[in-house]
Amino acid sequence: MELIFEKGAQGRKLSLLPKCDVPEKKPGCERQKALRLPQLSENEVSRHYTALSKRAHGVNDGFYPLGSCTMKYNPKVNDEAAGLKGFTDIHPLQPEHTVQGALELLNLAEKSFCEITGMDAMSFEPAAGAHGEFAGLLLIKAYHKKRGDEKRTKIIVPDSAHGTNPASATMAGYEVVSIASREDGCVDLEALKAAVGEDTAGLMLTNPNTVGLFDKNILEITKIVHEAGGLCYYDGANLNAVMGVVRPGDMGFDVIHLNLHKTFSTPHGGGGPGSGPVGCKNILAEFLPGEQTSQDGEENYHLFRPENSIGRLRMFHGNFLVVVRALSYVLTLGREGVPEAAKNAVLNANYLKHLLKDDYHMAFDGLCMHEFVMSLEDLKNELDVSALDIAKALLDYGIHPPTMYFPLIVHEALMIEPTETEPKETLEEAARVFKQILKDAKANPQMLHEAPTTTPVRRLDEVTAARKPVLRYAFAEATEE
Amino acid sequence: MNIPSELKYSNDHEWVKVLPDGTVEIGLTDYAQDALGDVVFVNLPEEGDALSAGDVLGDVESVKAVSDVLCPVGGTVSEVNEAILDSPESINKAPYEAWFIRLKDAEGVDDLMDAAAYEEFLGTL
Repeated sequence: MELIFEKGAQGRKLSLLPKCDVPEKKPGCERQKALRLPQLSENEVSRHYTALSKRAHGVNDGFYPLGSCTMKYNPKVNDEAAGLKGFTDIHPLQPEHTVQGALELLNLAEKSFCEITGMDAMSFEPAAGAHGEFAGLLLIKAYHKKRGDEKRTKIIVPDSAHGTNPASATMAGYEVVSIASREDGCVDLEALKAAVGEDTAGLMLTNPNTVGLFDKNILEITKIVHEAGGLCYYDGANLNAVMGVVRPGDMGFDVIHLNLHKTFSTPHGGGGPGSGPVGCKNILAEFLPGEQTSQDGEENYHLFRPENSIGRLRMFHGNFLVVVRALSYVLTLGREGVPEAAKNAVLNANYLKHLLKDDYHMAFDGLCMHEFVMSLEDLKNELDVSALDIAKALLDYGIHPPTMYFPLIVHEALMIEPTETEPKETLEEAARVFKQILKDAKANPQMLHEAPTTTPVRRLDEVTAARKPVLRYAFAEATEE
Repeated sequence: MNIPSELKYSNDHEWVKVLPDGTVEIGLTDYAQDALGDVVFVNLPEEGDALSAGDVLGDVESVKAVSDVLCPVGGTVSEVNEAILDSPESINKAPYEAWFIRLKDAEGVDDLMDAAAYEEFLGTL
C-alpha cells in the first residue's frame, strides 16, 4: 500500500478551508522553506484513510477483548457533546468570562471524578495513563520534599504491576523496589512489611490487580505503607471493575490516575488522544499540575494555580475535548448507571471465563473481576502452539486478539477483558471461536503458526519491526538538507 | 534443551564459563532464550563496573517483554560483548556463544549448579 507521501501531486490540495476569522499577524520568524506536506485532494485523503481502516481491526469492527485496555464501546452522544461550538471554537487564553461554560465543565468533571474515586481534587493536564502516573509520583515527591523528608527515595511496585509503574517511578527519579506477588497475584503482606521503611516514598498498586483479582487485604496494605511514612498510589487501569462500587480513596489511596480513554469511554488506540487525569487527597492538592477551577460567591468560575504546583505537564488543560466526552458518559450513566456498568463488566468476564474453563487452563480459579488470564503453557509444550498463535488465529474469526504475554507472572498468558458493552451472544460466539481454534490447533498445529490467513494483512514480522524500525518517511530529496 | 556439561548455571538461567586465564564469561541459557522468544534489544553494563552476585547486569528485550539479566557471580566487568548489541538474534541462535560480559576476580562460581543439577532444576519448573 502506498504511503500518503507517495500519493497526490505537486500543488494539488483541498481548497475548501474556511477563511481565517481572526486578524492575521506575522511574528517575524516565518519558515523560509515550505513544509513537506502531502498534497492530495479531499477524496484522495478520504480514500487513503478508509483503505487504512480496512486493514485494521477496531472496536467498530468486532469484539475487542484486549485485557487491561477496557476497549468498551464509545457512545456517539459523547462526540455530539464534544462537537458543540461552545467547546470547539474557543481558545484557552480567552478571558475567563467568555468561557464560563468550559470552566464549569472542568469543575463539574473534577467533582464527578473525585466523587467516583474518593479523591478531593483532580487535574486534567496529563494526556495519558503513564503521564498521570508520572504526575502522581511528582506529587508524592513534592509532599515529602516540603516536609523535609528527603531520605524517601524508593517506590515499591509488585512484580505483577503494569510495566509503566516502574518506568514512571524511574522517570520521576525514584529507585524501584519490586516485591514478589503471592501465587494469586495479590500483594504478599510479609514481603511488603519487609520492604517498607524510612526510605519508602510510596507504593504503586492497581486493584483489582493485573490478573483480575480484587486484593482483599487492601486496607491492611495501605495501612502498612502509611505507617512506614509512605503514600499510596492507585493505578486506575482497572477501575472499570469497581467504579461506583468501591472507591480508591476509601481503600486508603492518596493519589490516583484515571484512564478516561479506558474506563470512561473515550477513543482509545491509534493515538487516542488519551487523558490520564491525576487525582489526590487534600494533603497533595497544593502540588497539582496546571490550573484548577473554582467558583466564586456570584457563581462565576475562575482558574487558579495551586499554591505549590509542580508546574505544567502539558499545555493548558490537557486534552479538554476528551474530558467533555468522559463527563458526557458519566452524566449519561448517572449514579445508578456507573456501578451497573462495572457490575456488568465483571459479569461478562465471569461468564466468558466460565464458558472457556473446561477447554483452556485458567491461571486462577474462582471468580474474577473485569478480566481473566489464561495460561497456554501446556499447549505450547505439547503442540508448540503458543499464546501468540491463538491470538493471531482469532483475527480470522473477526475477533481482536487479547493481551498477550502479560502479566509476566503467568507464562504464555492471554488476558481477556470483554467489557460490559458486549451482549451475551457475542460472548457465546467468542467462546465457540476459542474452542474451534483449540480443535484446529490439535488437528493441525502448523496451520496455527500461519494464522491469520483471511485478513488483509497476514502475520506481521514483529521481530524485524523491533530490530530495524523505520520511524519516518525517507524523502527522496532528504540529502539536500 | 541444550545444556553443555562444561558450564555452570544459576537458577535465573544464566550460564557461566571459566576461561583459561581465570576470567568468567556469562550468558543466557537455551531455556532462557526459548522462554523469552526473539530478542530484539540488549543493554549491557560498562567495562570496569563492579557487580555482586544477584545484581542486575543488563536487560534483554524480546517481542514479549523486557527482562533483567542478573549477575550470577560477583566480580569486575573486564569486557562487554558489543557484538550482541548489533545482533541480538545471536542470543536465540547460539545462546552459549553469545556471551554478555566477562568478569575478572569472579567470586561464587562454585556455588552455582553444574549441568546435571540445572537439568534437574528445569524439570521442576
